Amino acid sequence: MQEQISALKEQIAAQISAAGDLNALEEVRVSALGKKGSVSQLMKGLGGMTPEERKEMGPVLNGLKNQVANDIAVRKETLEEAALEARLTEERVDVTLPVMEHPQGSVHPISQVMDEIAEIFANLGFDVAEGPDIESDFHNFTALNIPEEHPARQDHDTFYLKPDENGDRKVLRTHTSPVQIRTMLSKEPPIRIIAPGRTYRSDSDATHTPMFHQVEGLVIDRDTHLGHLKGTLEAFLKAFFEVDAVTLRLRPSYFPFTEPSMEVDVQCSFDGGTVKIGDGNDWLEILGSGMVNVNVLKACNLDPNEYQGFAFGCGIDRLAMLKYGMSDLRAFFDADLRWLRHYGFRALDLPTLAGGLSR
Amino acid sequence: MKFSLSWLKDYLETDASLDEIVAKLNAIGLEVDTVENPAEALAPFTVAEVLSAEKHPDADKLRVCKVSNGTEEMQIVCGAPNARAGIKVVLGRPGDYVPGLDVTLKKAKIRGVESIGMMCSARELELGDDHDGIIELPEDAPVGMSYVDYAKLDDPVIDIEITPNRQDCLGVYGIARDLAAAGLGTLKPLNVVKIEGSFESDVKVSIDLPEEAKNACTQFLGRRFKGVKNGPSPQWLQDRLKAIGLRPISRLVDVTNYITHDLGRPLHVYDASKLNGDLKARLAQAGEKFIALDDQEYTAKGGETVIADASGPQGFGGIIGGLASGCSEETTDVVLEAALFDPKRTAFTGRDHGLITDARYRFERGVDELFIRDGMEIATKMILDLCGGEVSHVFEAGADTDWGRTVPFRSERILTLGGVDLPAGESLAILDKLGFKVEGDDPYTVHVPSWRCDVEGEPDIVEEVLRIHGYDNIPSAQLPVTDHKAGTTLSARQKRARAAKRRLAGVGMHEAVTWSFMACAHAELFGGGDERLLVDNPISSELDCMRPSILPNLMLAGQRNRDRGADVISLFEVGPVYEDDSEKGQLLVAAGIRTGQNSERHWAVASRSVDVFDAKRDALAALEAVGAPSGLQVFDEAPDYYHPGRSGTLRLGPKNILASFGELHPKVLKALDVDGPVVGFEVYLDRIPAPKKAGAAKGALTVSNLQSVERDFAFLMDRDAKVADLVRAVRGSDKAFIADVSIFDVYEGKGVPEGQKSIAVSILLEPKGETFTEKDIEGIGAKVCAAAEKAVGAVLRS
Repeated sequence: MQEQISALKEQIAAQISAAGDLNALEEVRVSALGKKGSVSQLMKGLGGMTPEERKEMGPVLNGLKNQVANDIAVRKETLEEAALEARLTEERVDVTLPVMEHPQGSVHPISQVMDEIAEIFANLGFDVAEGPDIESDFHNFTALNIPEEHPARQDHDTFYLKPDENGDRKVLRTHTSPVQIRTMLSKEPPIRIIAPGRTYRSDSDATHTPMFHQVEGLVIDRDTHLGHLKGTLEAFLKAFFEVDAVTLRLRPSYFPFTEPSMEVDVQCSFDGGTVKIGDGNDWLEILGSGMVNVNVLKACNLDPNEYQGFAFGCGIDRLAMLKYGMSDLRAFFDADLRWLRHYGFRALDLPTLAGGLSR
Repeated sequence: MKFSLSWLKDYLETDASLDEIVAKLNAIGLEVDTVENPAEALAPFTVAEVLSAEKHPDADKLRVCKVSNGTEEMQIVCGAPNARAGIKVVLGRPGDYVPGLDVTLKKAKIRGVESIGMMCSARELELGDDHDGIIELPEDAPVGMSYVDYAKLDDPVIDIEITPNRQDCLGVYGIARDLAAAGLGTLKPLNVVKIEGSFESDVKVSIDLPEEAKNACTQFLGRRFKGVKNGPSPQWLQDRLKAIGLRPISRLVDVTNYITHDLGRPLHVYDASKLNGDLKARLAQAGEKFIALDDQEYTAKGGETVIADASGPQGFGGIIGGLASGCSEETTDVVLEAALFDPKRTAFTGRDHGLITDARYRFERGVDELFIRDGMEIATKMILDLCGGEVSHVFEAGADTDWGRTVPFRSERILTLGGVDLPAGESLAILDKLGFKVEGDDPYTVHVPSWRCDVEGEPDIVEEVLRIHGYDNIPSAQLPVTDHKAGTTLSARQKRARAAKRRLAGVGMHEAVTWSFMACAHAELFGGGDERLLVDNPISSELDCMRPSILPNLMLAGQRNRDRGADVISLFEVGPVYEDDSEKGQLLVAAGIRTGQNSERHWAVASRSVDVFDAKRDALAALEAVGAPSGLQVFDEAPDYYHPGRSGTLRLGPKNILASFGELHPKVLKALDVDGPVVGFEVYLDRIPAPKKAGAAKGALTVSNLQSVERDFAFLMDRDAKVADLVRAVRGSDKAFIADVSIFDVYEGKGVPEGQKSIAVSILLEPKGETFTEKDIEGIGAKVCAAAEKAVGAVLRS
């Protein structure tokens, strides 16, 4: 009996080793451990044995059964491992193939810069105001202390629409300053606004386009003075150009709608053919500004003895060029996809003070 | 405004260097545009002498000259007709750069004869227009001397921009006065010699103006000269005029030009022998004509100020004189005019007739009204000095201006307006240096000098003080912190624009910014071209009409990209369109186009041409981003620039069109010369209702734990029936349980009867309270089928 069992044990062990795949192994399992399997048959024989025999053979047969079951399990794991290996090998792909990229559009630098400016001025307590592109002579000129005969009108290269029945001609606003007028006429001081938008002048070359963008700033309160203007512009330019400090040079100038008036230059360097704001030995003219002219306050029904404030105006396209390095203004308006992809911004590049204005 | 350093120093006693002067000019608001020293470019050129000039053996018009510069002789082949032995010339040698020709000289052979160097003309050295021959210097010019030294060209020319308020600096004297006030030297007094005159003028003047135009000319001083000798001006005068870009004409004319630029006082000279009777300052009658000194004929519109004699206008007062009474080389009898003209009328006349002259430039900015007599005397002396002859007593009309302008000034305003804490004494000292006389105690009365007609109020005084004190000395201050609320910076409209841009960029479109105007013919295709939206003075006929739609600009831009080889093109713009010229007529629109393929060719995905559904999808993305209500109705009617069968509108209610989309009409493509198909959309951001104000919190979410069920249906329906109607009917057939309806197949063709389409619909059922039984689901299915049949005649496909 013992020999018989040993022989069977060896036989089954050999069969397990020989099983080349899971099916063959299953056959071995059935032939050994199945209902009519060789091991099962021996186990059944236990019932006809004497208690002594059973006492002796029971553990032996159980040992056989367990040994076989264990051997099969071990072999099964090996075979499964191999089968999986084979499947994985079969399933391989060339992962160097290029994928279909998620669509990636772009936001125009002008929009981006407008968002940056709004973000900076929001922090200084400003609102963003708007006005129409097609303006009345009153808002664009007269209320801004530019009467019809004023020499400044000639400097504006104004686009006019066709005259109406009364001979009045609307203009395409030559600057964003009419939004000052609209704001002062519609809102009680204190006022803090910026007004970005489209502006138009009849001019065209590498640095001038018939349409361009400006941002206007206006603060009206009781005690606002030139020092506040300087401080505000410093804060703005420092934040916009993302530098630790800016040095401004203020030069007396003239705008009909401000008095005193000043041009503002920012210190920069032109080393290596690119503009770097913040240090250097050169100056870059960057905006015009001043204290709101008394005549402008009066035109907006504000009492100059009670209220005063400052205004400034700045080219947005120019700011974009200085910060992001474009050289030709005309390309801003050409919608060349190569340019838009190169200079544009990703949808999620929303400028924030917390996360930074530019990437 | 140009002037040379030596000219400035006629009036400014200073040790300051050129750099210091330039820096100070900038600091006081006289912005320096350029500083050019002609000496720099001409440094190598020397005075030389032509020793001999022989005809070139092989060319009739060339001469072979022997030229000496004192140390060596060289042979130069020269084509100038005046090249001859004995003359003194300006010599350039090999290696020297000739600015007027933009060449560097080198040894050359000209028709076989060696030539070393060049004798230069005025134009070649950029010293004038003369190119008839080489420069001939006076006989006593020392050979070998640097030409720059000989001709005293080492005199930098400074060009400054004068802002419209600073008429006082449109003369060199005024600039010197400002620099002196700013501490850069001492102003030398003007030397005004009063000349009595020796006879009564036979020409008289009168001012004849209606009451409403009596400012047109308020004063006219005249002087009659006899026996003057006109001719070329002396060299110093010619040099000064040339240095600032003026062409010397003759002594008489040059005197008026010189004083205009020297003292900011425009003058005019008439040839008295050509005048017909007395002079009169009056308004022009419409239709009166004269030929001006620029040889152009001008026809008055009526109302211009003219100076006329018995035969008619002899010029527009304060702008330009007439040719008929102009001075020539032969003129011996002269009338000199110094007058005061109204800035406004001068500006209008100049603008109406397109005349820009040095006189107009000054009068329209307002000349020093009290300087008229001194100006007259200075001019008189200069004419007598240069031309000889006799002068009459002054004859005149009008009266001296009663200037006397005063402005009140509180010294604290330097701090409260200007932000600079400056002691009153310093402010007053600055004003004094600028010629303002201060009277009384704080608040002071400031007497404004007559040359500062721009100073009208206290802020102007603050500016004057700060300007001289130095704008750089203004300390920065921070605006006080306000209780500005987060999120209130942008208006709802601006937030929408921002959201639309970010969303459309997110779906892969590229934001463009295009002109607000376009060609009228293109505007008309898109419902525009209204007379009231035409630009009267367009920069080109391509940009003569305010745009009624952004689409044409984007289509043209798309085509430009196609022409550059792009085949997947998607552009959008968020900007204005114009329905009329009113404020409300300007609408904010988000528009986009796609053209070419919907994606780049790729191994994983089949590429296809863009279609109307791409545009609809873009429109819906933009609408969703800007907070438009969901469930907009889709209408198949759209503006006629779209393909009539492949376009639609998205509406809130039947009237309020929030967006349109579609394939652009083939006729429009053809008119714009654009390749199709192009699909596009327009979202009207202003028409979207403001969101109802609610808190930031969202409503509570209720979800069922019970298993939801999906059921599919295949309906046959008329080809022209609308799927939207089917979906609405299906959704409405059991509002309690149908949570979603989707379309997962659309089929026409084999197996589907002619004129019909097969629509596969999937419905999602969400149980409430307990799971569905088979019977529940059958019941809902029956309701779906009934509703589908009722709404669009759809029947289940068997």
